[in-house]
Amino acid sequence: MSSSATDISVDLAKPPGWNRPPLIEPDGEGELLELAMGPHHPSTHGVFRMDVALDGERVIRLKPVFGYLHRNHEKLAEGMSYLASMPFTDRLDYMCPLTNNWAYALAVEKLTGQEVPERAEYLRVILGELTRVVNHASAIGFLTQEMGASGTPLMYAFREREKILDLFEALTGARMMVNYMRFGGCRVDATPAWLAGVRKVLDGLPKFADEFENLLCSNEIVMARAQGVGILRPELAVNAGITGPMLRASGVNYDIRKVDKYGIYDRFKFRVPLGDHGDVYDRFMIRLLEMRESFGIIDQALKDIPGGPVMDPKAKVRGFRPKAGEAYGRIEGPKGELGFYLISDGGPNPYRYRIRPPSLINLTVLEDMCLGSNVADVVLIFGSVDIVLGEVDR
Amino acid sequence: MKTVEEIKAAIDAAVPGAGVEIVPNPSVSAQHSLRLAPEAAVAVATFLRDDAELSLDFLSNATGVDWPDKEVAEKVKVTRLVTKTVDGVETTAEETVEETQKHVVPGCLEAVYHLFSVARGHGPVVIRMKTANRTDGVQLPSLTPVWRSAEFQEREIFDLFGIVFTGHPDLRRLLMWEEFKDHPMRRDYVEPDDFEYEPTAHDDVLKRAEAHRSREQGSGIRDQERGVEAAQ
Repeated sequence: MSSSATDISVDLAKPPGWNRPPLIEPDGEGELLELAMGPHHPSTHGVFRMDVALDGERVIRLKPVFGYLHRNHEKLAEGMSYLASMPFTDRLDYMCPLTNNWAYALAVEKLTGQEVPERAEYLRVILGELTRVVNHASAIGFLTQEMGASGTPLMYAFREREKILDLFEALTGARMMVNYMRFGGCRVDATPAWLAGVRKVLDGLPKFADEFENLLCSNEIVMARAQGVGILRPELAVNAGITGPMLRASGVNYDIRKVDKYGIYDRFKFRVPLGDHGDVYDRFMIRLLEMRESFGIIDQALKDIPGGPVMDPKAKVRGFRPKAGEAYGRIEGPKGELGFYLISDGGPNPYRYRIRPPSLINLTVLEDMCLGSNVADVVLIFGSVDIVLGEVDR
Repeated sequence: MKTVEEIKAAIDAAVPGAGVEIVPNPSVSAQHSLRLAPEAAVAVATFLRDDAELSLDFLSNATGVDWPDKEVAEKVKVTRLVTKTVDGVETTAEETVEETQKHVVPGCLEAVYHLFSVARGHGPVVIRMKTANRTDGVQLPSLTPVWRSAEFQEREIFDLFGIVFTGHPDLRRLLMWEEFKDHPMRRDYVEPDDFEYEPTAHDDVLKRAEAHRSREQGSGIRDQERGVEAAQ
């Protein structure tokens, strides 16, 4: 692929629009350094590039460059049946395949009006919240890795992740590429032994959260590196469509589980943690607190899960043709609002299949958060956004 | 939340000449949408964001849709004079015949936006804009000045569908590389062949390669090749 190295936009003569980041002027001494961070850099979590213009250590401009992992999943999905796209959704945000499945299933159910049996709804909640725990634990682990805590906190997170992935494997047959949910339910039922296994893992999780908190929250290095860095104002966060833990760290109370009450989320009691400062430290803390709320939700779901089928036996899974029309379905994914927008023309394939990727849209404000900070903090601010390139580039 | 009819009435009252149409959605989701006239779109969008009752402060999803030219076959009843010969006598009588008539509905590109309200917790309100035609460089007004979240998503629409958003602060390709020529999400897009990556193209692959070389559409790699040929 040809590199667009010439496109580092340090066009200081061009004033930004009204809602662009404030222009930071270099102090006039010395030269500007143009630095391409990525596409292969451990801190970019994949193949992603940031073209940064530096005045000494200070960031003057930052332009994200996408597309290294682009495979036009949307186009592929328009050429296959509704069901055939389900395994591909696993590969969007490969840290959280189950929530991707869920969002897609939800959108198709909105389009067709299929009902989901009770037991399947409970299973979806259990799996969705386990996915959230996996995602948030790893996100915090990677963030500390970027602060220089080389490996230890990340391995703590991966130890727990491994236990949860074992549960996924036992239920779905795969650790990551699960292909589990179906329109109108789930593919296979959970055995009582599996539910007991979830209970066992769940009982160990609060201890892990305590351990994580003791290790990190009052750690001097974490506080020095994260507090007051990469501040995002709530008005900008809303206007720029930021969702998920990042929005709530800026103090905006917007959790789609509470707002839309999709599935059966109105039955569970949980709180929505909110941040005060909107800095890296808040984004990190919000994830820790959300993990604890997820433990509570899984606990309630395990207590209340009813018997019955996980799928209406008469439901038509393959080869169905939804009535012409369109639907937008969204869920609160671990990274933010994950939505699917589908247009049907009455045929067996979706006419239009669009993913609303939270990872991509949360990067809209990356430049705003980084301007004026040191180049070492860019790595940290970027890590606190928590993205997966499989979803950014689709 | 207000229904689309109420929202349309509110827009018509607030923005003169808004030209908003309701697009019904027959599917179960019943998410009906409002089609904005491009000329007044920014004013209407600003109203939707700032109106105290609607306060749609959060643009969640923005995407494009391609609607190519469509040939529609319609059954029309036509009355015409028919001459028949019955028992050697020619009679002319009017007869109603069902006939299939074909006409082409011109295609367009569409930009669709899903709006929600963080302040009031309602949504979605779906707004859409239609281009005049499907040519390259066809324009729509950008809503990025109203909602910043459209910034990358409109860049993506520009990249993959080829709608040029006027008033966008930084309209560049998002996912494809800059030298790329085509818009892959268009329905009539033809993928490049493997020949580009095949060191010794022959037989079928070579034939397809030749067909491709003569076509205007294509990727940057092909253009570079063409440049090399021209130089030789």
